[in-house]
Amino acid sequence: MGRATTAPEASVEGGGRRVGIVCPYSWDVPGGVQQHVGDLAESLIGMGHHVSVLAPVGDPEHPTPAYLVSAGRPLPVRYNGSVARIRFGPRASTCVRRWIAEGDFDLVHVHEPAAPSLSLLACWSANGPIVATFHTSNPRSRAMSATSTALRSAMEKVNARIAVSEAARRTLVEHVGGDAVLIPNGVSVRRFAHADPLPGWPGEGGSIAFLGRLDEPRKGLEVLLEAFTRLAPHRTGLRLLVAGPGDPDLSGVPDDLRERVILLGRLDEADKVRAYHCADVFCAPNLGGESFGIVLTEAMAAGAAIVASDIPAFDAVLDGGEAGELFRVGDAEHLAERAAALLDAPDRRAELSRAARAAVRAYDWDTVAADIAHVYETVLAGNRPLTPASYRRGERP
Amino acid sequence: MAAILLVLVLVGFYLSWRATRLDRLHHRVETARAALDAALLRRAAAVLDLAASGHLTPEASAGLSESANRARRADDHRELAESALSVTLRETLDARADLTTAPELQEVRVAARGVHLARVFHNDAVGDTRRARRSRLVRLLRLAGTAALPEFFEMDDQAPGAAAPGSR
Repeated sequence: MGRATTAPEASVEGGGRRVGIVCPYSWDVPGGVQQHVGDLAESLIGMGHHVSVLAPVGDPEHPTPAYLVSAGRPLPVRYNGSVARIRFGPRASTCVRRWIAEGDFDLVHVHEPAAPSLSLLACWSANGPIVATFHTSNPRSRAMSATSTALRSAMEKVNARIAVSEAARRTLVEHVGGDAVLIPNGVSVRRFAHADPLPGWPGEGGSIAFLGRLDEPRKGLEVLLEAFTRLAPHRTGLRLLVAGPGDPDLSGVPDDLRERVILLGRLDEADKVRAYHCADVFCAPNLGGESFGIVLTEAMAAGAAIVASDIPAFDAVLDGGEAGELFRVGDAEHLAERAAALLDAPDRRAELSRAARAAVRAYDWDTVAADIAHVYETVLAGNRPLTPASYRRGERP
Repeated sequence: MAAILLVLVLVGFYLSWRATRLDRLHHRVETARAALDAALLRRAAAVLDLAASGHLTPEASAGLSESANRARRADDHRELAESALSVTLRETLDARADLTTAPELQEVRVAARGVHLARVFHNDAVGDTRRARRSRLVRLLRLAGTAALPEFFEMDDQAPGAAAPGSR
């Protein structure tokens, strides 16, 4: 090597890049990728970058942020066992090329480029550096391998691949080949930090909250219901807030206690944020299988006093119990004990709340976006124009 | 006659497209390699700054500087020297959890993360290029020209201590 060069001033916070982000799914339909792209765009803009997001928009009346450029109406396409609303074809291609030409981007960041979509079109059209983020963690993603010959010519142009989870990374490695760096989803701490509790909460007699799918045993609602059944007879005002889609199995709760289990069903985004602010104690009784614990980080962002099972993911997120109490996974008696201690100690709750707000900063979108900006700088650091001819002459950079 | 001509033209277009793709891949490797060099140099510089900052014991500082300088100068055994620096960094910093807020340490962490990012992107580019060059057509018609077959850069790039932001 022996190349005398100084490291670039690639400060991670350095702003001022022109970034074009492509979201393949319809912007007016709620979804994980859309949420990710929106949060990323806002964090990058906050860091001083110029961001333009290209996405299909099905409903022209739908309010869109200033950074969004519509690529027209999407078509419903069966993909991965569900219906994705995407946009593809010659007219979409023209639209993508015009957006790239007018955007004058330093780099283009495409999301989920494996499916036939705007993202794939952008890979084909862009001549500059490309970053791609993979979200899918479907091991039987047929669309990914079915189009892989056409996909390869697009993937070859991608300078940097990001996977949002270990599962997404494995899917990528198996179906497309190559590797990716792992950058998880962030939590928008700002969005959860402040909200009014739902009407009637937290109430006088103490309260515990649970959020998540109610009919999925792994979420551990049953353990919490059992702990509540132990606590409630001695604490006549204690109430349990349960929010999330699905039908819960309340057969383990005695009839006279059931009216104090308040089922709120599925909540919209705004009410979900408020729900985190409702109870004295927030409980995450999951039995396992959580790779990251998005519910937990959201509760932390809301400054909840948390009691959570001691599965490895939660232990890590809660700093081994510094930012929330841990109980033995699946042990309702231990949970009841920990929850009771917290319900009786407002000072301890306030302390945990502060610790949780501090610990969640590592998962904040701003931190995650800084890591993604670091990827941008890494890609751009080596990117000086080099013509194919000079390459063939064997010149080294 | 016209049909033969048309086929020849189409074949020509196809071959030129394949050659362009290959050129692009080689270019990707080159830029990724330049980025990796820059990331490694940034890390070495950050480690030297940390060693000079006075946060560490004289012995720890001396060990880090020596390791960083060896990595910077290594020509033939660069992968080994850079790996050794990663190991020294972890040994030194994992014993000093109290340093977390020092700006020199922050820079070392970010720079170490940058090495990991750059190395993954580089090896990805190398893998894609090597796969493309295995194609029979590319070998038969020597579409790669005289370009050398790119090599992977193998090293221990695990960052010290608590993982860098976002790497969990």
